[in-house]
Amino acid sequence: MIAFAIRRILVGIVMLLAMVLVVFILFFAAGNPARDVCGKFCTPEKLKQVTQVYGYDQPISEQFGLFMKGLVVGRDYPVDDKYREALAKSNPDLVIHCPAPCLGYSQHDALTVNQDIVKYAPVTLSLSIYSFVLWIFFGVLIGVLAAVFKGRALDRITVGITLVVYALPTFFIGTFLLQFVAIKWRLVPYPSYVSIADGGVIGWFSSLFLPALTLALFYMAAYVRITRAFVLESLTEDYIRTARAKGLRTRVVLFKHGLRAALTPLLSMAGLDFAALLAGAVITESVFNYQGLGLLAVTANKNSDLPVLIGLVIVAGAAVILANIIVDILYAYVDPRVRLR
Amino acid sequence: MSTLPPGSYVAEVTANETSFETPEHGVTPPHFSAIVSRSPGSLAWERFRSDRKTVVAAVVVAIYIVLAILAPILVGLHVLDPYTAHPSLINDESLPTGGTGISWAHPLGVEPGIGRDTLSRVGYGLSLSLFISSFAAVISVTIGVVLGIVAGMSRSWADTLIGRLVDLVLSFPQTLMLLALSGVIIGFLTGTLKVPAGDPAQATYVIAVLALFGWPPVTRVVRGQVLSLREREFIDAARLIGASRARLYFKEVLPNLWAPILVQFTLILPAYVSTEAALSFLGVSILPPTPTLGNMLTSALQYATGDFLYFIIPALLLVIVVVSFNLLGDGLRDALDPKTNR
Repeated sequence: MIAFAIRRILVGIVMLLAMVLVVFILFFAAGNPARDVCGKFCTPEKLKQVTQVYGYDQPISEQFGLFMKGLVVGRDYPVDDKYREALAKSNPDLVIHCPAPCLGYSQHDALTVNQDIVKYAPVTLSLSIYSFVLWIFFGVLIGVLAAVFKGRALDRITVGITLVVYALPTFFIGTFLLQFVAIKWRLVPYPSYVSIADGGVIGWFSSLFLPALTLALFYMAAYVRITRAFVLESLTEDYIRTARAKGLRTRVVLFKHGLRAALTPLLSMAGLDFAALLAGAVITESVFNYQGLGLLAVTANKNSDLPVLIGLVIVAGAAVILANIIVDILYAYVDPRVRLR
Repeated sequence: MSTLPPGSYVAEVTANETSFETPEHGVTPPHFSAIVSRSPGSLAWERFRSDRKTVVAAVVVAIYIVLAILAPILVGLHVLDPYTAHPSLINDESLPTGGTGISWAHPLGVEPGIGRDTLSRVGYGLSLSLFISSFAAVISVTIGVVLGIVAGMSRSWADTLIGRLVDLVLSFPQTLMLLALSGVIIGFLTGTLKVPAGDPAQATYVIAVLALFGWPPVTRVVRGQVLSLREREFIDAARLIGASRARLYFKEVLPNLWAPILVQFTLILPAYVSTEAALSFLGVSILPPTPTLGNMLTSALQYATGDFLYFIIPALLLVIVVVSFNLLGDGLRDALDPKTNR
């Protein structure tokens, strides 16, 4: 078991390195990053300054090495040594130390990427957890009900609704909820994020309802269908017949025997979906204008803020890889057959 | 027979239903002539036909495909006109006069703001969206199938490498990547590759990233199928007569994969239509005035309460096409592979 876990973690680290490398190649090999970061109204002086701050004139292997060094021990900006030393004498405030694990420096925000991410993370984290709870609870519950009433009206209606909800773009659902439920019909107050510190748990909870619902609906539709399929499959197993034959109540057979077999693959999927959300629900946050990591990505894209984009992509990828490791190890713990592979 | 796709030899068998020579079904005794030998293909067709939902979905998909092909032709013939503004049909609140602006000339009304014909725009937009999505789906499925066959057939490092590549691509958060890469890659397309800026560059970008991030699920499915195919006798036979690797992969294995390939294509396409819409919302797909379903939906958002018809039309079209393709894909899978009882 421990050997399996160690092997899995090592593979994860290699994957992470490969991912950082691929991100670097994608973002740097394609064009002229200094030119992109410099923006639309680029002057030769500004271009030179951007190049000195970020060291974009160095070979990509050099830059990759510096980036990895930053991740492990931290680094200083501007990257260009001579420029930084001159700056340290004339204007020491402009030299930025970015402690490990340094993801980069955003000249646009005048913050390190880590500071940027920490600033925007609470909204994303709240939103992800909230919608995760919503979609798992209702998705699994409705999925089990649909499986129990397979072929009957309830099942058909549920499956029909999930198909439509699954097909609707998130931004359409979000705008509909915002424009009609919140603004036109005034069923809920206009959503704007309130932190626990400002509004208490209740304020926080109610401020996140519409965006979390928007985000959860898509996943809910998917999880209803998956749960239904898994439960239907497990209900044909012999041990279910045995349990019924023993005279157990339907409820016990369903939830203790039927759902349990379906829950393991379901939770491993849920772990990965949750991790993917941690990079920010780009679309939901844009619709509701919630200052989370997704909106940070949209803003960074608009400003050609390459360091922030790279940082976000790496954090997101790392979250998914980490979730993969955790899920695999838990799976191996639950199901010993996995360890042998 | 192994080099033929099952479907093509099936046609002959069904035409000659009492054929005694189909080896899989043994010899039918003459006095049991009521028992008809049926090929896998005719069984699949039977299952497909008896599934009402799938047949309806197939009809809807067919209508959409016809519309998508007709729309650009009609635009070329000036029957549809997605670009001309009709300011006379717009009132002071920049909404269509009379609520929707529906008339004989504009059966679905006109767009709020500058009054372009909605029917022409959704028709043309649908066509573009489906074209972009199918182009990307063809590329994704091609990459996925080739890598899937190589991974499934090789019992060595190639399998491991492709497996890790699949994991790597899947660990990138898709929406974020598609957004984050847009600036850099569109810059690369217009700068280095000299693709004209605007629609061509945006369309190329959307197709490229959809294809680049979309192939891993196809590879997984195909690899799984190949793992069982490679143990079959006809593969051994081909190996024995000294077939080259390329022949083995693409002449022996590939023709047996048409069913999963078709299913995967039908399921990937609607996902791409949705993703194109999401990219439009984020402003990295084709931009107005050229219509796509996605950018129409995005421009309709601001009229959600003002002009509900205009808000709902692109969304309805999108939902219907996505749901139909999904139902068709599921139905095809059930019909072609009865073992997977989802």
